Amino acid sequence: MVHHYYFLNEIFSALGLGHFAHKYQHVVHSWFVMLIMIIGAFFLARGIQMFPRKGQNFLEIIVDGLENFMVEITGPEGRAFFPYIATIFLYIFVSNLIGLIPGFFSPTANYNTTLSIAICTFVLTHVIGIKFHGAKYIKHFLGPSLALAPLVFVIEMIGHLARVMSLSIRLFGNIFGKETIIGMLFGLAGLFLAPLPMLFLGVLVSFIQAVVFMLLSIVYFSIAMEEAH
Amino acid sequence: MSKKSVIGISSVVLVLGMASLAMAEEGSAQAAGMWSIFGIAIASGFGIAIAAFGTGIGMGYAVNGALQGTARNPEAGGKIMTNMIIGLALIEALCIYTLLICLLLSGKIPNMGPMVDAIVKSIGG
Repeated sequence: MVHHYYFLNEIFSALGLGHFAHKYQHVVHSWFVMLIMIIGAFFLARGIQMFPRKGQNFLEIIVDGLENFMVEITGPEGRAFFPYIATIFLYIFVSNLIGLIPGFFSPTANYNTTLSIAICTFVLTHVIGIKFHGAKYIKHFLGPSLALAPLVFVIEMIGHLARVMSLSIRLFGNIFGKETIIGMLFGLAGLFLAPLPMLFLGVLVSFIQAVVFMLLSIVYFSIAMEEAH
Repeated sequence: MSKKSVIGISSVVLVLGMASLAMAEEGSAQAAGMWSIFGIAIASGFGIAIAAFGTGIGMGYAVNGALQGTARNPEAGGKIMTNMIIGLALIEALCIYTLLICLLLSGKIPNMGPMVDAIVKSIGG
């Protein structure tokens, strides 16, 4: 098995927690991503003014773009869930990107991270459905007529579980494959400038997978919010 | 080459190949292990190939639709391309599911060195 060299593992080894850092690489690196996002947000959003300067401008473009993207699909009542959607997008995007830097590991290249994010989305979908429709949310699962209700209920349950699985495996597969291929190409030690096309593709894949995860979460929320068919 | 001769030659090759595998029998457990390793190796190779074949065709349809839509209405090009990229990511996920299964399977093939040495020794080389 290839032994990777990670900066955070070295830092934790200096503190005496090397074994913990090696066993739970994805947890340690996701803490690092959280630290980056919190510190970045703190510094970029300090001193909010009416006419935005550089840092605030950058964040405003991102947040505004995401909000328009979301409201276009869910309608105006979806604005309350925008913080969760934006967090998902930024967390997944930054997590995917730090895997491209030598010495760091993408937390999303481990199935545990992606499964946890997918389960959060799944739980929030049902919370939204119950909040908007109350006890009548069950009508979403019963289908058009009452006679077919048991069969349609089973099929809908399987469909919902398949959503969790597809969200998590799609993100995990893409990022794990990217990391593996880039790891193998680094082994060529720069022959023919080998890693460069894969690194470029890696940036593209990181962004697109974050967008697709966010888009599917938005679509599931809007399905739970609308009237049953 | 006529169709009959292709079938004939390939069946001869297959029978000879399977005969050499059967000669490696050192006990029923070993023979069963040999067949399962054979099956795993073939499945992990062909599985991803078939999945990539279907994915390529599906993505071809998606890009075809996007290009035709852009050709009819060049101003909507940006929105069409955004939707095309999202569609491609969703189609590609199906190939990724198969890739994960194939990686899992190919990790289950044990180290073939000792087994190959045992086969060669049993044949008498």
